[in-house]
Amino acid sequence: MIKEDTLRKILYIDLSKKKFWIEEREDLFSQFLGGTGVAIKLLQENCNAQVDPLSPDNPIIFAVGPLNGVFPIASKTVAMFKSPHTGNLGESHAGGRSAIALRMAGYGAIVIKGKSLKPLYISIHGDKVYFRDATTLWGLEEGVSTGALIRRQETGAGLRTIMRIGPAGEKKITYASVTLETYRHFGRLGLGAVFGSKNLKALVVSGKRDLKVIDFKRYREYYLNLLKQLAESDKMKKYHELGTPANVMPLSVSRGIPIKNLSTDFTEGIENISGEAFAEKHLGRRIACSHCPVACIHLAAFRKPYEDEPYFYRTVYLSYDYELIYALGTMLGISNAEGVLRLIEVVEEMGLDAISTGVILAWCTEAFEKGIINEKMTEGIIPQWGNAEAYSEFIKKIVFGKGEFFEDLGKGLDYVSSKYGGKDFALTYGKNEMPGYHTGYGAHIGYLFGARHSHLDSAGYAIDKEAMIKPLTEQQYAEKIFNEECWRQILSSLVICFFGREIYTPSVVSECLSLLDYNLNEEALMEIGRRIYIEKYRFKIKCGFDMENMQLPQRIFETSSSLGHLNEDFAKKIIINLKEKIQSLL
Amino acid sequence: MPVFVKDANKCVGCLVCIFACGRAHLAVGLESSCIKVRSQGGISRGFSVFVCRGCEDPPCARACPENALVVRKGGGVLLKEDLCTGCGHCVKACILDAIGWNNNKNKPVICIQCGECAKSCHYKVLEHRKT
Repeated sequence: MIKEDTLRKILYIDLSKKKFWIEEREDLFSQFLGGTGVAIKLLQENCNAQVDPLSPDNPIIFAVGPLNGVFPIASKTVAMFKSPHTGNLGESHAGGRSAIALRMAGYGAIVIKGKSLKPLYISIHGDKVYFRDATTLWGLEEGVSTGALIRRQETGAGLRTIMRIGPAGEKKITYASVTLETYRHFGRLGLGAVFGSKNLKALVVSGKRDLKVIDFKRYREYYLNLLKQLAESDKMKKYHELGTPANVMPLSVSRGIPIKNLSTDFTEGIENISGEAFAEKHLGRRIACSHCPVACIHLAAFRKPYEDEPYFYRTVYLSYDYELIYALGTMLGISNAEGVLRLIEVVEEMGLDAISTGVILAWCTEAFEKGIINEKMTEGIIPQWGNAEAYSEFIKKIVFGKGEFFEDLGKGLDYVSSKYGGKDFALTYGKNEMPGYHTGYGAHIGYLFGARHSHLDSAGYAIDKEAMIKPLTEQQYAEKIFNEECWRQILSSLVICFFGREIYTPSVVSECLSLLDYNLNEEALMEIGRRIYIEKYRFKIKCGFDMENMQLPQRIFETSSSLGHLNEDFAKKIIINLKEKIQSLL
Repeated sequence: MPVFVKDANKCVGCLVCIFACGRAHLAVGLESSCIKVRSQGGISRGFSVFVCRGCEDPPCARACPENALVVRKGGGVLLKEDLCTGCGHCVKACILDAIGWNNNKNKPVICIQCGECAKSCHYKVLEHRKT
């Protein structure tokens, strides 16, 4: 790496002692690049695997990489922590202004430890770190926004990130998210609850600096070439135009989008919640993360009348994506855009992870139909396919409800289905709720064995797409899932948004890194990717992750997928192959 | 040959123009840029872009006590860095907020009227006009 690069600086913040200090770790950033690679090493250094995730000893780590602030679409920050949702590795990625702000503030990573006695928020402006009182921001009612209040107090407008939690994080719901720049999230695995457990309401970061490259002229040419590809290439078109909801229709045709807790493949009315329908009726604005020309963030302008006052309306802007249309739409039998938007608004207000929330509501609906749960437990709210009104009340109860059942729901679906029954139709993988792809073996086994149990670990849906054209053997499946997850460790160490993966091929990444004085050819990169992957797995195993006891939900074998009915024996064969691959490196 | 904000409503807030401005000043990053993009009180309301419009009678030049800003032919100013003391009067004089500040040098970052910001904008928010 370049000698003067501030990437090597790690900012440590101790909330218990209200202290901060900087450590220089060139060793980590030259061996593990940054992002997920450096974050897992920092997690190993700072987190005992046995720690209670909601105790002061669980650190929060944010990390960026060498390409952030230097090349376009390197726009993401990696958060790492021990997940209160799974009791295992917690990793979540977000964009917004965060990655550029962190890099421009002059750090490669931030490690937050301890717990404050009183609610506070932290402001980092370059080398200045402030501990600010947040007692007034804690428990804010709807209608007053934490983001808006902090915006007025802090400098750095235009270049800063404001990460904050909502009521769900304060109440330590295990799938509470952290929101940044209103529309982006560290959504999965409960970072919001870890913030809440530390009495940490928000984190502001801003900064401004110049970085160094080794050959400015070559850098400039290379940059412009990448920028042009990102803005004009057909590979990026899907993200530009309809955005990720472009997948709703194709996946409904192939039966890859889960409907009503995966109890049916009958997709009535789905055209009303397609990417096309959202764009035509509601798309109000498109926005981008810092340093990304793609602008994939689609905001719906949602106009709502005041029921008690004629000629009074309010218009809210809500960001929608494929995963939200799945989790808060098809999964719940909601087939109108207004219903989906209504639930998105509640999920945003509460500060919950949308995917986990939707999957939990879907399970509740089926469990209610089957008599596993009853009206007494749900305090009179009847979860019913298509009833957005009831779901909206239900979501608020998860956060504010006092009864035992709602308290339990706040611990996730694995907990609830273990306690009350209905496990065979509880769509969880390693205790994390299912993402929106029922495309085949690649997707499901990817969720089960992915280090963070996410569709983004290995993009199994893309492997299934290949298998739709030409069937794959169990060895080929295992090989592809494994290799993709290893390569993605490189992208998420640099930290490049996965949407840019077709532009940032191994040779392009190698070239970009050479301008930052990293001499790594494609093979060397793959090796680092494998090492990072295995380091994550080592941490998982220390936390008690047992590869031998991983189960796919029974339900996925009952409803037709994009590859037709899935065969349990074939799935088992892929799993055996994949486990061998992982174990051979451990 | 100034740059005009043609339609700020199309701005997606990607900040690619700010990085382009930095490169035009031979830098990588945000310290050497003068163009600014800010949300209009929260991202849902969209963005405003602040860029030098190349005034013919520039108040920044008039405000400079050291004559470090020289009026350019065709609009805008040139910075004579050796004369600049870093007093910051020019920044205050610019009602568009189109002058940047380089904290390392403690000197202003002045638009060089190159149009790189407009060229890099995929959404045609900015237009580089030949006058």
